[in-house]
Amino acid sequence: MPGILVYAEVQKGEIKKGAFEITSKAKALGGQVSACIIGKGVEGLASQLAKYGADKIYVVDGPEFEKYSTEPFVQALAQVAGMVNPSIIFTSASAQGKDLTPALAARLKVGSISDCVDLTLNGDKVAAKRPIYAGKAYTMVEATGNPQVVSVRPNSFAVVEAAGAGAVEKVAATLDASKIKAVVKSVEIAASEEPDQTEAEIIVSGGRGMKGPENFKMLEDLAHVFGPTATTGASRAAVDAGWRDHSYQVGQTGKTVSPNLYVAAGISGAIQHLAGMGTSKVIVAINKDPEAPIFTKADYGIVDDLFKVLPKLTEEVKKIKG
Amino acid sequence: MNTVVCLKQVPDTETLIKINAEGTGIVTEGVKWVMSPYDEFAVEEALRQKEKAGAGSVTLVSLGPDRVIEAIRTALAMGADTAVHVNDPAFAAKADPYATATVLAAAIKDATYDAIFCGKQAMDDDAGQVASILGELLGLPVVTMVTKLEVSADKKTATVTREVEGGQAIIDVPLPAVLTAQKGLNEPRYASLPGIMKAKKKPVTVKTAADLGVSVEPMTIIKSMTLPPARQAGKKIEGDDSDAKAVALAKALHEEAKLI
Repeated sequence: MPGILVYAEVQKGEIKKGAFEITSKAKALGGQVSACIIGKGVEGLASQLAKYGADKIYVVDGPEFEKYSTEPFVQALAQVAGMVNPSIIFTSASAQGKDLTPALAARLKVGSISDCVDLTLNGDKVAAKRPIYAGKAYTMVEATGNPQVVSVRPNSFAVVEAAGAGAVEKVAATLDASKIKAVVKSVEIAASEEPDQTEAEIIVSGGRGMKGPENFKMLEDLAHVFGPTATTGASRAAVDAGWRDHSYQVGQTGKTVSPNLYVAAGISGAIQHLAGMGTSKVIVAINKDPEAPIFTKADYGIVDDLFKVLPKLTEEVKKIKG
Repeated sequence: MNTVVCLKQVPDTETLIKINAEGTGIVTEGVKWVMSPYDEFAVEEALRQKEKAGAGSVTLVSLGPDRVIEAIRTALAMGADTAVHVNDPAFAAKADPYATATVLAAAIKDATYDAIFCGKQAMDDDAGQVASILGELLGLPVVTMVTKLEVSADKKTATVTREVEGGQAIIDVPLPAVLTAQKGLNEPRYASLPGIMKAKKKPVTVKTAADLGVSVEPMTIIKSMTLPPARQAGKKIEGDDSDAKAVALAKALHEEAKLI
């Protein structure tokens, strides 16, 4: 059975849900599950990982890890990998994970498999399924190196409680300062409590049919009544028009998402957009144009004026939520 | 300011992807090939930094078969000065991210540069790895997802803004460094007609594996390629009354889909 090392990312003082997802998956695959958590004042969070299957949790805690910075985190994680000697390393393909994972793999002189949505194990070898062309196709990929480094797309696996031994070990990181060249001066995070689009369970997205930036409030209102796991998104047309920031964009030049529910309001459904949200579990389309391609992918379609449908929908969802 | 830009040619984003008979790759016939869209931001930034500095050169490096020359010519027409086209069938089936970065590093290592620009990911395999591996191989710092770049007058350091979850980070990095372009960094220019004419005469050096003295083995292997399961259109909620349709949708999401 392979030893698996899971990197558990911390954001805003909490372990991310994606970290619990990959810990759960590691546990389900069998074998020894180790986890590593890096940050400042994160030691108290470590035991949470035991609940989802971590047998051993390595904690790298210090002021130099207060803000995420590629090189120190790569060094610390590589140091823990050296202690664990795992055959597989899992990371989350979050914004941070996408920066960290290839750098870590390169430091370990191995290849990595990015942004996987499914995993199977054949002996010690991982076979990973990953989307390419923003989801227009999938590949099954194997890594030849040791360890096999795999980043996993958030929302790909369920969080499952299955207790691991949960022994916590503090690790004093020995950083090679000569390699730390880039210095993070400041980090500005919007106060928003909304989850990132790639991790949200519900996305209410708007396109050209929203007619202007002021109308996105309607989408925010609907996302708000859906609850804290919901956020808003936008099509490229809405972003290029300057109505929404690029960080909201869903599709081939934006984010690829797979929420439980994707509501497309006033989005026609260009191939680049459909590629970016086609794996959503349930798709709702609201559009005035009955010929809009989005309707060919939608589980529920309403041909109507979104300005009439959305407020009523918000009201109804609120009622159901009680 | 001297810069290197790594380019990849990919299918246009409008392309409908079809899988080949072997199930290992895409059908390339009839595909319209373009410069990967994030690489356009990389080329544009290299040009702007050179223009701002008032001197320097922009060198393109690209790995791929003969067709790649079209993407190279496009970037030369935008204003890049020279290009290295690494073209060798020996690389064709082996060019995973690690191998690609190894080849690019070999092609770049003797160049003089203040920065290397890449797109944040190529718009075909979406791996987003090459720049990070390239930095490791060349011993350079890497900053990914760059949305703003200010280079110091002496070109020894840069202040970089990068996109992070929910916001942005400001980073000071010594040059040379590898920087990956995120959308928002700039608005890429179109090639002008004189630019296109000039591009035809700009030097493109073709290099083989033997020229670079490099051989590669992939670290990741694609075993198979498939299309996603076809998604069937579901039900249309019909009627003349907008309110009634909204109510029916909320009910369906609650009772059928069990999402609320």
